[in-house]
Amino acid sequence: MTERRRYVFLLTGLSLLVAVLFMASLTVGPAGFGFRAALSGLFSHDAGAIALIMQEIRLPRALLGLTIGATLGLSGAVLQGYLRNPLAEPGLLGVTASASLGAVIAIYTGLSALFALALPVLALVFSFLSVVLVRFLAGGGARSLSIILAGVAVTSFAGAVTALALNLSPNPFAAMEIMFWMLGSLADRSMLQFWLAAPFMAFGWTLLFASARALDAMTIGHDAAQSLGISPKTTERLVIWGVATSVGAATAVSGAIGFVGLVVPHLLRPLVGALPSRLLPASALGGAAVLLAADVAVRLVAPERDLKIGVVTALIGAPFFLWLIFKTRRELI
Amino acid sequence: MLRSALSARNLLKLASLCAGLLPVLPVSGPAFANHESFAPARVVSINLCTDQMAMLLAGDSQLVSVSNLAADPAVSAMADEARRYTLNHGLAEEVFLMKPDLVLAGSYTTRETVNLLKRLGIPVAEFDPEASFEDVRENILRMGHLLGHEQAAGSLVAEMDETLAALTAAPASHETAALYFANGYTSGEGTLAGDLVARAGLENIGISAGIDGLGRLPLERLVMAAPDVIIGGGSGYDAPALAEASFAHPAFRAAAAKAELVDLPSRLTICGGPFNLAAVARLKHRAAAGGLPDKGDTASRFSDWELRSGNAP
Repeated sequence: MTERRRYVFLLTGLSLLVAVLFMASLTVGPAGFGFRAALSGLFSHDAGAIALIMQEIRLPRALLGLTIGATLGLSGAVLQGYLRNPLAEPGLLGVTASASLGAVIAIYTGLSALFALALPVLALVFSFLSVVLVRFLAGGGARSLSIILAGVAVTSFAGAVTALALNLSPNPFAAMEIMFWMLGSLADRSMLQFWLAAPFMAFGWTLLFASARALDAMTIGHDAAQSLGISPKTTERLVIWGVATSVGAATAVSGAIGFVGLVVPHLLRPLVGALPSRLLPASALGGAAVLLAADVAVRLVAPERDLKIGVVTALIGAPFFLWLIFKTRRELI
Repeated sequence: MLRSALSARNLLKLASLCAGLLPVLPVSGPAFANHESFAPARVVSINLCTDQMAMLLAGDSQLVSVSNLAADPAVSAMADEARRYTLNHGLAEEVFLMKPDLVLAGSYTTRETVNLLKRLGIPVAEFDPEASFEDVRENILRMGHLLGHEQAAGSLVAEMDETLAALTAAPASHETAALYFANGYTSGEGTLAGDLVARAGLENIGISAGIDGLGRLPLERLVMAAPDVIIGGGSGYDAPALAEASFAHPAFRAAAAKAELVDLPSRLTICGGPFNLAAVARLKHRAAAGGLPDKGDTASRFSDWELRSGNAP
């Protein structure tokens, strides 16, 4: 009972943290007006400068930080639980790099200008292909090492093709945008991009949450899970489609943001106990908090420089992850 | 506008990606060619800005080759002229094979090529990017001296001075203006584009925002500043890139709807030359002639720079 209460406390705390960071994301920006002005601008119906900035620049940015962070945290937790591999994460498995490639093809061929849905759909298709490919390359047993190696190969291949496609574009600006697709950014997005990605992300989340019971059962072993009436095929479909849809749509509008999906589940696992189903909501909230915080940091550290958000997540995430490996060496292996 | 998209941190990247023939941030640089005293016979230019100055001043068959960017109407005001020359890509090997007795280069781009050519004993004259109209005058005079056409350079500068004086004779309007290029870049203090805006009698909000050189003007700041005039336009390339997305952003559109939007092709402000005056004329006469320079005034000789290159609006 105390464990359950602790879990409720944790979720409440994380929700509060996310709410605070969401407000911070709405109120921090280069335009520099006060908290009160920002809030009244958010709900005002006049077409003043502050209302415009709040509704068309900061609101989509904060909403995307919230939903993309949740997507990354959630899919990291699901992949780690499903593959029973502590390194499983959309970034390391090549899902984000492949989704970037799909988005790059959609945008730079002009396809997305003709037909806006082409952007999330193509990103989704490529992320789906990468998950299937990694799964196939790693073999049925899903051994730790082969999955990660396959992910590394897919990531570098997708990254190379992305860079090639952008370099070959007749527009020299495209080559400079390699940075965006590899490190990600939430700067100057619009509500249109949010509405384009949000339905796909929400659909992905429902699939991922639907896999929770199966993930719990699988902690006692595949055979035991099957005897409990869990179909491995259904679970696999839920996980693959869930990750591909949500991460594909997220990457299509933000570029590839690394480390959130890797670090957040590890950070929260000791706090929620062993059950994957409990880790999922906590990781979604944790991922949202981390990405919102990183996006606020980007604006505070270098407001005029358009610092890429992946720089911040890696700068914070990587040392933390090294420390985590050091602390839990034995458990990780 | 290409130039405006550059910043110190992606400079190296761009330089290596597109053979780096573009001018970059203004700082001082040394290195004059050894024999400026007698006119060279085979001149090769490997920088967009020296390309255009050389095409303006070089004698018949004196200029052998210009860079491929000079033939790109998105960045070059003299793209048609450039097509008459052999195009190079700023690579040491191809330049060496042309057996030049003078190579013209920018002082911040194609560094490896310049170093290699110097080691091979080929005289290289390096030109600093212009940060003001004064710099443009100096560079043109120096180019005239290097090519042995001092007189042509002198009369071109005199003509430009005269045109500028005529253009700036009308009182300045002191309206606020924001330069807003692809990727949300703007030109502030110490930039040629900024100087041209100031000479057209407008107050550049990039300078009041404290932007030194080239820098990003966050969309939020643009909306807050609510300038009277927004000077910008796309990159001039047809192929899509995210760099153009800022012009489609609802917040930019709302700000642009309240301001006067002037399309200023980047080829008129990237490099120094008489086409800079077409830019000033366009900024000065935007209201009178619906954004196009007035054909009837003294700027007419220079305003057709816009029409000569391929994709004039």
